[in-house]
Amino acid sequence: MDTAAFRRGVRDVAPLLLGIIPFGLVAGIATVNAGLGLPAAVGLSVVVFAGASQLAALELLGQNAPLTVVVATAVVINLRLLMYSASIAPYFRDFTSRWKAVLAYVLTDQAYALSVASYRSDRETDRKWYYLGVAVTLWAVWQVTTIAGALLGTGVPDAWGLEFAIPLVFLAILVPAIEDAATGIAAVVGGVVAVVGAGLPLNLGLLVASGVGITAGVLTESVTGGTDGD
Amino acid sequence: MATNYGPVEIAGVIAVIGVLTYACRLSFIALFGRLDEIPPAVERVLRFVPAAVLAALVLPSFVTLDASSFAADKFVAGALAAGVAWQTEDVFATMVTGMGVLWAIRFLL
Repeated sequence: MDTAAFRRGVRDVAPLLLGIIPFGLVAGIATVNAGLGLPAAVGLSVVVFAGASQLAALELLGQNAPLTVVVATAVVINLRLLMYSASIAPYFRDFTSRWKAVLAYVLTDQAYALSVASYRSDRETDRKWYYLGVAVTLWAVWQVTTIAGALLGTGVPDAWGLEFAIPLVFLAILVPAIEDAATGIAAVVGGVVAVVGAGLPLNLGLLVASGVGITAGVLTESVTGGTDGD
Repeated sequence: MATNYGPVEIAGVIAVIGVLTYACRLSFIALFGRLDEIPPAVERVLRFVPAAVLAALVLPSFVTLDASSFAADKFVAGALAAGVAWQTEDVFATMVTGMGVLWAIRFLL
């Protein structure tokens, strides 16, 4: 184990925890609000470990939506993990299958964003242990905060709008991802299409918007001749 | 808003979502070990994934076209938080601004 790399990962993810903690509390509170008990809250957080999809699944379960709709919505939201998996795969190719299986389990928006940013800068950091420092910290904090949220239950007033912390975290990660005109276009188009498509069934708006945004970025780059973002 | 589903159905739903979510995470990480190199076209596309997906996750939380659910407090808080994110690229500053403005509008105005 490369403890220096692990510690660097923990240090880099620390500021993001200020966004993860309210996010986890909200996910735990939502579990109780949906009428699910503590075992379900723990199960959801450990087995699925993907906040936005957990919240969507809980909302739909609370409304007694058909179970196929609950599953489809959660999985559609998590399809972006396919893209993160593809994007980070080249950096993991030399690891054993067993390590890949472990690293994949803790792949999240934040672990992906921080690690790829670190790999792209030419820092001499052990990839596996840096990633684990980030991802395992996120995992542990997520489990603790969702359980705490489930125990606090409905004690937190709705008016606090704690769930608003979630998009704020995504926003803070989004801004550094806009590195040039083409990625800017991808973000603007993806965001606008998501707003327009918010009414689409099964949360398809997110998937359609992502696809259209990525396409817009690729087209922009091919028109402008392409500037190397990094 | 409480569910009528029993523990077995809930456990089943959690298991299915969990397996499919893990499959998404593992997919290319497992696959690329077997390929010699990633096609450049794929890499070009992947560069745009974070910007497009994150923006699609964020913007509908701040803005909605549905007049009945448009929330001016979230719009203003989101816009100011975006400005702070742009200036500082700091997660904490972004969060404090966003939640602070939201609470100021709700509780002080």
